[in-house]
Amino acid sequence: MTTTSGTFDVARIREDFPLLKQTVNGKPLVYLDNAATSQKPQSMIDALVRYYTTENSNVHRGVHTLSQLATDDYEAARTKVRKFINAAEDHELIYVRGTTEGINLVAQTFGRQNIGQGDEIIISTMEHHSNIVPWQILCEEKGAQLKVVPINDSGELLIDEYEKLLSPRTKLVSIVHQSNALGTINPMEAIIEMAHSRGVPVLVDGAQSIPHMTIDVQKMGCDFFVFSGHKLFGPTGIGILYGKAEYLNAMPPYQAGGEMIRSVSFEKTTYNVLPHKFEAGTPNIAGAIGLGAAIDYLNDLGMERINTYEKELLDYGTDCLSRIEGLKIIGTAKEKGGILSFVLGDIHPHDIGTILDTQGIAIRTGHHCAQPVMQRFGIPATARASLAFYNTKAEIDSLVEGIDRVLEVFS
Amino acid sequence: MSQLPDVPLDGLYGDAIMDHYRNPRRRSPLPNADIESHELNPFCGDEITLRMKLGADGRVEAVSSVSQGCSIIQASASMMAELMTGQMLSALKERSQKFRSMMRGESLAEDDLKGLGDLLALLVVRRYPVRIKCALLPWLALEEGIEKMASDGVRLYPKNEGI
Repeated sequence: MTTTSGTFDVARIREDFPLLKQTVNGKPLVYLDNAATSQKPQSMIDALVRYYTTENSNVHRGVHTLSQLATDDYEAARTKVRKFINAAEDHELIYVRGTTEGINLVAQTFGRQNIGQGDEIIISTMEHHSNIVPWQILCEEKGAQLKVVPINDSGELLIDEYEKLLSPRTKLVSIVHQSNALGTINPMEAIIEMAHSRGVPVLVDGAQSIPHMTIDVQKMGCDFFVFSGHKLFGPTGIGILYGKAEYLNAMPPYQAGGEMIRSVSFEKTTYNVLPHKFEAGTPNIAGAIGLGAAIDYLNDLGMERINTYEKELLDYGTDCLSRIEGLKIIGTAKEKGGILSFVLGDIHPHDIGTILDTQGIAIRTGHHCAQPVMQRFGIPATARASLAFYNTKAEIDSLVEGIDRVLEVFS
Repeated sequence: MSQLPDVPLDGLYGDAIMDHYRNPRRRSPLPNADIESHELNPFCGDEITLRMKLGADGRVEAVSSVSQGCSIIQASASMMAELMTGQMLSALKERSQKFRSMMRGESLAEDDLKGLGDLLALLVVRRYPVRIKCALLPWLALEEGIEKMASDGVRLYPKNEGI
């Protein structure tokens, strides 16, 4: 597999990912489930090992040397994240467990503070359940209403419909940047501009976009941006909530405990400054340091080069899959990331997944935690191959061969 | 790591399973059913609706087993429906429990194995652990239906047999 694309040497890059060298069911692993979670470069794994081997201690608490070292690395990782998404200030980045916790944090703090009876929150049909259910719970509690932007048959957001939904009662727009089930990349700048012109803040679910493209939160203009470390080639259990300081400062705390306070007495407790106000308890220190290491790795490769290579891979995959008789790609937006969601005649995606697994090919099957998308397309589930920069055209060829095998079994 | 690479796919997608998948038995609707139960696996959308009509003697007179989803749930639902007619609910409950223990990997006595008929073909699913739940879903519906009947005071056992 000596795939070289311009200066993007995939064969060499794959050497950085120990897991990719495995065989599964006697076949070389073809890992095409990157939208679920990504594989980890050795440098990221080494950062976790180094932290636990030489530096492990609590942060922001001790005067001893190890605590200082851990605190420095933990905060250095925050700076790396800030530069990676071009936020204005380090303290606008809150460490959370992942995208889900980031959205729940905003719902439970900003949401409970600002959204009341009769108010409206706008989301879209293509949201992941984690950007639906927290808002439903909030709406139920407050007597507010969830408004849903429809999509067309290609899986593109209907921007005109979105604009119509914006009303004087709209208090928040929360939209996914790249759909996990369809791959659609939404025009966030336009979406945000329309909301801002009416004074409405916007949360962007960036879980699926940030591993594949350059993110500039200031250029995008979003008020909140959330993502998970594990989809960004970092560890599980760490993620980021970016919020503009003006919002984060005005929001009440999410969880209470150590670290998030300035002073505690039984008469009155005052809260710590950002970002600590939202980081109660001992945080995922190793996770943050691992996330920083993953970002270092990505910066070395260059997000623009990654994006260019993945587009080429997606075009190749789309072309190959489209040639298979009976296969229908679900999600054909003009602006699209590396997601190939498909159905194959009336063969259930689980059967496709099992047969591919016996060929060493890992894909996701099911509703992808996006049941409203499945309902929109009138299907119970899809099979989904999702790409990362370490995938190759040869692997897509293996996928096609695997699908041929499925068709043989079900012929 | 490897998941029994020696299992040939035609084991999982063998003749018996594919036959029931392609030609599912007892799928016609059953009006005036005495028991209706429904199971859904929200993670994959597998779904089964089971309806039963009981005769005067308490035995299953007619069955409608309508499933949606992958080949395994459809085959399992069809095989299950096929062996239900003429059975007392108590016997079906026992068979369901035996089938479930078999799928969990327990070994069964030869007589029990014989009683499972085509269901033996589903033994191969044990080698694909994530798919076992597909095979079990119809049986969960069956047991749920029987429970419902039991709580409604319907006789599960044939006359002359104590509980």
